[in-house]
Amino acid sequence: MNIHLILQMAADAMGHREAIVAGKTRLTFEELGRAAKVVASHIHTGERVGYFTENHQVMPAALFGAALAGTQFVPMNYRLSSDQIEAQLARIAPAVVITDRDMHVDNIRDILPVDALTGDHYEGEAPDVDGGVAVELFTSGTTGEPKSAILKHDNLMAYIFGTVEFMSAEENEAALLAVPPYHIAGIAAVLSSTYAGRKMVQLPHFTAEAWIDLAKRENVTNAFLVPTMLQRIVELAGEDLDLPLLKNVAYGGGKMPRQTIEAAMKLLPHVNFTNAYGLTETSATICMLGPDDHREAFTSKDPAIKRRLGSAGMPIPSIELQIRSEEGALCGAEETGLVWVRGDQVSGEYKGLGSQLDADGWFLTKDRGFVDAGGYLFIDGRADDVIVRGGENISPGEIEDVVRAHAAIKDVAAVAVADVEWGEAVGLAVVCTGDISDDEICAMVKSQLRSSRLPSVIHRMDELPYNETGKLLRRVIRDQLAN
Amino acid sequence: MGQIYKPGTKLSSTVCKTQIMVLRAPAEELEITCGGAPMQVGDPAELGDMTGENFGTLVGKRYTDEAESMEFLCTRGGDGSVGVGGYVIDVKAAKKLPSSD
Repeated sequence: MNIHLILQMAADAMGHREAIVAGKTRLTFEELGRAAKVVASHIHTGERVGYFTENHQVMPAALFGAALAGTQFVPMNYRLSSDQIEAQLARIAPAVVITDRDMHVDNIRDILPVDALTGDHYEGEAPDVDGGVAVELFTSGTTGEPKSAILKHDNLMAYIFGTVEFMSAEENEAALLAVPPYHIAGIAAVLSSTYAGRKMVQLPHFTAEAWIDLAKRENVTNAFLVPTMLQRIVELAGEDLDLPLLKNVAYGGGKMPRQTIEAAMKLLPHVNFTNAYGLTETSATICMLGPDDHREAFTSKDPAIKRRLGSAGMPIPSIELQIRSEEGALCGAEETGLVWVRGDQVSGEYKGLGSQLDADGWFLTKDRGFVDAGGYLFIDGRADDVIVRGGENISPGEIEDVVRAHAAIKDVAAVAVADVEWGEAVGLAVVCTGDISDDEICAMVKSQLRSSRLPSVIHRMDELPYNETGKLLRRVIRDQLAN
Repeated sequence: MGQIYKPGTKLSSTVCKTQIMVLRAPAEELEITCGGAPMQVGDPAELGDMTGENFGTLVGKRYTDEAESMEFLCTRGGDGSVGVGGYVIDVKAAKKLPSSD
């Protein structure tokens, strides 16, 4: 298979529909189809297509154009330091890189976004190669050196066929794309919007103000946000947010604080919220908590239903999910273990490291979690972030949830600190908006959790370190608390 | 005369505009027709005559046999109906999921 088919079908069946809104530029699906052929004509044999700029009208054309020319699309994080950028460029050479900057790396050709959209049309057919790779995506590397995840055409097509119906969007639907192109959600949004026939409205630089303005101006109906973005929108909006046409908001890419989703649901009662849980390595979403589950959990008095607002939902029909202990035994309901998944969209392969799938095709997400009696998945956090105190596994999330509930606490992170007696103990980094003493914080933890969860260090910060897509940088906090 | 088809194979009708892609197929020889005539890899130079009863195909719809042992995606719609081994295959009911991106 080849993901270019998605664009070809959209251009054939709904060519007149608007596909892209980027500033003052507007392209139909038919025009996007031609733009992809132009981008493809700039690719020399053997080159990958690097993408090193913000969301721009050329991005969807570059993704599909690379596929048409039979090569990989490699979007890169333009916020990295120049050393990191050079190292990543060296890993993708030879490549033609769409960028506004001058690149001085061997076997890397740079081309301006506008130039990539000017030229001849590539006349060839999109190739169908067994095991062909469509996208190489550097993982965010919050716990170590970024790995290059390999997403095959077959993985991405399985994701689309498993989650989107062709041409299912109404003619007036418009999705606001605010997630950067080097995030799996940025890639998935282009593929699903095209297959559904939904207009893509690009926002290159996220601020809450710009997002709200653009949503109003372009009559946006759908959006995907990482939790930090939703939090900023809710904070800026205050009591009132006038977006009557906004219909569906999906969120993912990090843990959503309960306070934020509750505030958003109050602010936008007519909006359908969906929590989409997925990883780069799984070609985006593998579990969903849908709008009905949100509303039920929001209004329920039953604690077991109420807490589902913090759940990642249930596996989508094309995905199997298991919770296994460290030793590999299947866990029962409410039993925390490691999250394993299986399905055609799961790649689980890194460049240079090969496939990480086990003999039966299962992939270890390295997330810890459990399912409740109803089959709803709860994610605890990354297995690497677990605090091991005297042999007892402590998940940072359970402590953070308790502390965050206090009105004077704006943000909190629990991390492992070295401890002479226990090996590791709980260190807490807190951002406070009001007066709260260390003793009060400890008393709060003690009243709700076992004594092993008591923080041995509490560190006050002006704000916690996040990367630009809203992932908490626990490594940075661990380093700070170690000093 | 049947053939074994692998997923990703695109077949064109020889009597209408229909094109389908194999998503899933059993590892056995299949005779795939559209509008009463065998389908082929690549578009025909000119279209022949349609025979039998035809209801047409719709782009983006998935078609499956009664036992759901095979699945095809219609990548270009046309006037003919697709059949396997003489039986017309039908549109697979879609499961509606909320929009996740």
